[in-house]
Amino acid sequence: MSSVADASLSVPDRQRFPLLRALLADPFTCVAVILVTGFLVTAIFAPWLAPYSPLKIDVLHKLQPPSVEHWFGTDHLGRDLLSRVIYGARTALTIAMVSVAIAGAIGLMLGLIAGYGPRWLDAILVLTFDSLNSLPMIMFALAIITVLGAGTGTLIIVIAATSFPSYARLIRAQTLALKNSDYILAERLIDASAARIIFIHLLPNVVGPLIILLSMDIPVVIMVEAGLSFLGLGVRPPTPSWGSILYDGYTSIRAAPFMVIFGGLPLVLATLGFTFLGEGLRDYLDPRLQLRRPA
Amino acid sequence: MLAYAVKRIGLGLLILVLVMIAMYAAVFLVPGDPATVALGPRATPELKRLLIERMGLDQPVWWQIIEFFRNALTGNLGFDVWSNRPVSTLVLEALPNTLILGLTALTVALFIGVPLGCLSVMRRGTAADAVIGVLSVGVIAVPSFVVAIYSLLLFAVTLRWLPAIGAGEAGDFVSQAKALIMPAAAIALGWIGYIARMVRASMMEVMGEPHIRTARSFGLPEWKIVSKYALRIAIIPTISLVAVGLGSILSSAVFVEAVFARPGIGKLITDAVNTRNYPVVMGTVLIMTAIYVSITIAADLLIARLDPRVRDVFRG
Repeated sequence: MSSVADASLSVPDRQRFPLLRALLADPFTCVAVILVTGFLVTAIFAPWLAPYSPLKIDVLHKLQPPSVEHWFGTDHLGRDLLSRVIYGARTALTIAMVSVAIAGAIGLMLGLIAGYGPRWLDAILVLTFDSLNSLPMIMFALAIITVLGAGTGTLIIVIAATSFPSYARLIRAQTLALKNSDYILAERLIDASAARIIFIHLLPNVVGPLIILLSMDIPVVIMVEAGLSFLGLGVRPPTPSWGSILYDGYTSIRAAPFMVIFGGLPLVLATLGFTFLGEGLRDYLDPRLQLRRPA
Repeated sequence: MLAYAVKRIGLGLLILVLVMIAMYAAVFLVPGDPATVALGPRATPELKRLLIERMGLDQPVWWQIIEFFRNALTGNLGFDVWSNRPVSTLVLEALPNTLILGLTALTVALFIGVPLGCLSVMRRGTAADAVIGVLSVGVIAVPSFVVAIYSLLLFAVTLRWLPAIGAGEAGDFVSQAKALIMPAAAIALGWIGYIARMVRASMMEVMGEPHIRTARSFGLPEWKIVSKYALRIAIIPTISLVAVGLGSILSSAVFVEAVFARPGIGKLITDAVNTRNYPVVMGTVLIMTAIYVSITIAADLLIARLDPRVRDVFRG
């Protein structure tokens, strides 16, 4: 009790980086920050970190167990597994961030339009969001892949198309809540344009919860990318992806079990890291937001 | 209630119609003629002519769309030119395996997740609560197909306790049950954590209500308050969650089914997408979407029945 009283009496110190401090205070979030930072560094500096080219085939030394030359061993084409895992981080994070950013931007725009625009437009947009949201995501994704063919571009389109509706719904709800607040009414009284109201006044105030939601969706996207690449429907070979490494390991699981172990581990660590980081961000910024479903 | 039900079902049907139109349009939007697209790289002139006839592509477009709807309504989803069998037969053959997998996984998750959530509430603020909390988030984060591969490596390849692939011998219950253990566990794991967290969250809200306080003032033991008076109310949000969960489990079983080569919907559609077998993909997606949408509607109606406030929200 006394500490509470002390805190309320003393003048609070001006803390620098309050968000980072709050995140590091929780041990799990702290580990998550370290993991995520590690994966980001790995992805950015992949060419310097990888001991070999991830594409260099050396059939004479295929399926070699971990050794001093190849820490994670080699795959069925003799490619260095560690290098492929390192470049896989680049693939996973690039796709996750690009597609989440695109989905976030689309969701933000449509949500603002639905929330601030005329009622008929709102009705149409909400029906669209609800229709897209009520489709089983993986089935929808597979249908798009059938039409467009597998590849990195398709993957980004699939992820953006399946995730933007929930972002748009969130932004719409936020916009509706703010639409009739005094400061917006004041802007309208002085004849401010709709664009000015939306971009200068609404956007900064609705974007906060979206950022939390986006950060919580990054591990889901990493999972979907790996899953689809595992099925051979994601990133095209020979581009290294954790999912395709897992598939290569899966096909030679008896001869080289280390391949699935080293292929799966970074995927597990990355999804855990991003999930706990998202949870930490959520707890700090907006504890009311709900947990996502398992993918 | 009736108005709500009609609105909800109407919306569901509208969604299905929109999906069908979108999928039908997709075939025409892709460059190249639909027959070639549907057949993919296998298009020989004879197959193409056969398909054009079968798909009615020589008819005007408006007629085709009407035909498509009429056929879909009577359960005719078209023909898989490749295996020379109706798509509906293919889907109906694969569906039971996926349904059994999804229902088993969900049942296991409920039987473990709900008690864990209750335990968390009874021991709130203690180390047990914290451990359950962290483990829940942890298992949600881990991709189910990685769990599947790791358990395959451990229990099938290394220890040889369980069969690695397939759905078991037809008619042999023990072998089917054995083949079900690993895929069901891989899917259930994440859902255990999710259900535990949801039960805990909704129960914590209920715990502050007057009837709980009354029960406590009567000196009822905590486990009885939790299991008898709190859970009954707190379970409502979990019902809708579990229903929606079944829908999404059925489609995300794709990955786990691929790992265990289990002949279900997942394997059917993955093979079809890989070979761009258009009629099979369309038929499967349509049926899975219909199942998903109906489960969601059923859950919403059940919730509305249990909690009148939901209907009012929808009305307003």
